[in-house]
Amino acid sequence: MIFSFDLLINAVISGILIGAFYAAVTSGITLSFGILDIVNIAHPAFIILGSYVAYIVNATFGLDPIITAILATPAFYALGSAIYQIYFVSFERRGQESMRGLAFFFGLLFITEVTLVLYFGVDYRYVEAPYIGPTLHFASLDIPMRILVPSLVSLLLIAVLQLFLTRTFVGRAIMAVAQDQLALRLLAVDPIRIKRIAFGISIATASLAGAFLIIIQPVEPSVGREYIGRVFAICVLGGMGSLPGTVIAAMLVGIVESLTATFYGPSWAPAVSFGFLLLTLAVRPAGLLGR
Amino acid sequence: MRTPVFFVICLIVGAAVYGAAVALGNDYYFFAGYVVLQYIVLATAWNILGGYCGYVNFGSAAFFALGAYSTVAMHRIYPVPIPILVAIGGVVSGAVGFAMGYLTLRLRGAFFAIATLALAVVLQTLIVNWDFVGGSRGAYIVRPESIPPFGSYIKYLFFIMILLAVGAITIARLIERSRLGYGFATIRDDELAAEATGVPTLRLKLIATTISGGLMGMAGAPFPYYIGFLQPSSAFGLDYAVNSIAMPLIGGTTSWVGPLIGAILLGSLQQIATVTISSAVNLLIVGFLLVGFVIAAPNGIIGLVKFERRPPRRTNGKQVSADALGPAP
Repeated sequence: MIFSFDLLINAVISGILIGAFYAAVTSGITLSFGILDIVNIAHPAFIILGSYVAYIVNATFGLDPIITAILATPAFYALGSAIYQIYFVSFERRGQESMRGLAFFFGLLFITEVTLVLYFGVDYRYVEAPYIGPTLHFASLDIPMRILVPSLVSLLLIAVLQLFLTRTFVGRAIMAVAQDQLALRLLAVDPIRIKRIAFGISIATASLAGAFLIIIQPVEPSVGREYIGRVFAICVLGGMGSLPGTVIAAMLVGIVESLTATFYGPSWAPAVSFGFLLLTLAVRPAGLLGR
Repeated sequence: MRTPVFFVICLIVGAAVYGAAVALGNDYYFFAGYVVLQYIVLATAWNILGGYCGYVNFGSAAFFALGAYSTVAMHRIYPVPIPILVAIGGVVSGAVGFAMGYLTLRLRGAFFAIATLALAVVLQTLIVNWDFVGGSRGAYIVRPESIPPFGSYIKYLFFIMILLAVGAITIARLIERSRLGYGFATIRDDELAAEATGVPTLRLKLIATTISGGLMGMAGAPFPYYIGFLQPSSAFGLDYAVNSIAMPLIGGTTSWVGPLIGAILLGSLQQIATVTISSAVNLLIVGFLLVGFVIAAPNGIIGLVKFERRPPRRTNGKQVSADALGPAP
């Protein structure tokens, strides 16, 4: 392929935009895996669930997917809290989270995916909204609105989450629960309650991320699997549990993926995140902005 | 019981299974039995790393598919008999298992699990882009109609799978009772303490990933001949990954009996459910059984019936503590 400057700039810009979306997808993992140490590999499945909720509401009532997702966050929060409660009672309290906890989440991933396949089949589903379709043009730059809008809302989501984690009492307690549960107890805060809230929020972000996903691309139940490697790679690269790190890492992965897709073909893009993951694990396990 | 005696007993049982399938006189039993046997190998292989060492591998499908695709590649280069293909599949998957382990096992256990998940996606990407083995279109492997001593070809494949299953179970039992097995158990129970007392944990873990990956590859090697038409989506199916985890966990992970029981039960259940209900529903059943068992019966079926002669290792119900994963990076 002929190397052209326009192509390069376009690839980098779309990489940054996609990266912002990846950051939103990963923010849930940053909360659960990075901060709480819960290896929730079912997270991408919940994102797909979010996509389907946005799809159903969009197809029946014609409501905007992002508004639907915001309205659905309480339900996802409740789902997350319930899952954490089961996880805590069955695994964490017994000290079995490493293996059976993993298998539990793997089972959840599998059940969610198969249930969606049973109800909706493996057809690709998409949503309709005014910003899907038009493209902005700046000189030689093309920015599709369907990527721009989710990216901007993603950044907003991350900013709100970061403010919540650093400025509110509950947010700071979430950051603290990873470090010292005893100290938290001495402040008369129930660490289990804090973890339940944090995990609920992590699943609630999946609702939004799912809506973004179905705006950006058509979705079918197994799409989530592509995101497993990606989100964990970004989370590790970002330094586990750091939202600013997550954004930087997500944009880095987004840019490299976009360049790979432009210059080698899109079918190679999934291999990029894996390369990142292995490289990070082998060279700098603490990530870019490690704790 | 000494290992050679055990091996002979397994062979006799295997011969009996083969005889029973022949006596039933319908090729369907060979096709269904092949799948169950394949799951016995996969579940046993998974358990060598997952059950004995406590490291979860989500990429069984990737190792299985590596074996299957090395067969496809060899078929294109120079067709060789299936036993040689099995050996090649084992070597390729074992090597990939070793490399994966070397890169990720020095870190916390969760990273290995995540990396195996990602490995499946990436290997699938590679295969889809590799036209030599059919790419995304898939590859046809024409199965010969018959083969001299066995009659129809499926009987030959069934026979090979029985040998593989017997081999895998014998290896698992041998490991369990050897120094290697005790080393694995120390890693599972408390890796930090094991490391501190001089157990060469990294070397042991690498041995486990290599054996486990190799056996999965061996299970996958005859698969293209069984299925006739191999597509990336069928070789990398999530059902292999979920089954090879669900079977040991449902059966019980501490001994070779667990995966065997789990594979026979779940494998037959799925064969029956596929015929009577539908293949999507039977996967759903596996998912619910997996979640149900890990919550309600942490030690699987053998934990329920107290099959073990040895007393449980710990009395407070703790098997793997959080510290066993090592310090955070």
